[in-house]
Amino acid sequence: MRQFSKLEQRLLNEFQHGLPLTPEPYADIACQLGVYETTVLETLRRLQTEGVVSRIGAVFRPNRIGASTLAAMSIPEAELETVAEIVSSFSEVNHNYEREHHFNLWFVVVADDEDRLQSVLAEIEDYCGYPVLDLPLLNEYFIDLGFDLKWTQS
Amino acid sequence: MDSKLNPRLQQALIEVISEGLPLVKRPYAEIAARLNCSEAEVIDGIRDITERGDLKRFGVVVRHRKLGYRANGMVVWDVPDTRVAEVGHCIGQYSFVTLCYQRPRRLPEWRYNLFSMIHGQDREAVIDQVAYIVKQCGLQGIEHEILFSKRCFKQRGASYLRNAGLTRPGLAVNE
Repeated sequence: MRQFSKLEQRLLNEFQHGLPLTPEPYADIACQLGVYETTVLETLRRLQTEGVVSRIGAVFRPNRIGASTLAAMSIPEAELETVAEIVSSFSEVNHNYEREHHFNLWFVVVADDEDRLQSVLAEIEDYCGYPVLDLPLLNEYFIDLGFDLKWTQS
Repeated sequence: MDSKLNPRLQQALIEVISEGLPLVKRPYAEIAARLNCSEAEVIDGIRDITERGDLKRFGVVVRHRKLGYRANGMVVWDVPDTRVAEVGHCIGQYSFVTLCYQRPRRLPEWRYNLFSMIHGQDREAVIDQVAYIVKQCGLQGIEHEILFSKRCFKQRGASYLRNAGLTRPGLAVNE
């Protein structure tokens, strides 16, 4: 990991939410940070090119648009890659991760409505031959204020 | 007053802001030009969407792995149903916790009903943070497991908007 300048650190840490809804939002950010607007734009462009910033935009709340669930499967190690590939091939599958557990494949399914969601889960079970745990969100106990990045000194 | 935006424009805006704003002097004006509406409509529309509570946040979206936060543990807890809200709020307050959700148990295969996501610079950091939470929230008697992530097979790509006739990649949820 490379070192980040003070400006980069502040851009990454302090603007994860509440981007100004003004005609020139980057100028407002520049004003808050005491730098030029062009510097803010150049720095964000560079961070985006490097892949540190995925985008300046919105992170949506699950279950607010369409239907979604977290799903898990327990797959023998030898078949994991094949099954993961089938699961990933569904356009409704969002994140798909291997995790260290007896339930070793975890993925998020997002569909236009609950019916479509259930049929995707059923299709995945059919294609893969293993049962799927359907773990939809019931309650959220978290106010997302972004992630506080603790900078290492090394 | 109800939303002044027409639904088509609202859908289009949802798509645009989930993909990201252009890095130009007047990003909302550029979006407006693309969508054939005014800059004010774009700004008001995004404000509407934010105020409706559909967004978790609107701003700089960072990739934790690229910042050296390589370890990601999904910590699952088996909390008595009567304590879920209390424990959930306690866990959810820490800055290193990025998600905290109640989900159903699926007995006998799955006993855990509270899910939290914890990012750390390495495994040890995640384990330490879990120990800290256990102590701070008084969870000594509560069964839990840490499911560290290994391979990432897919990230993003799902779309809510397939049937809306829009073709761009979809919204990012749960990031």
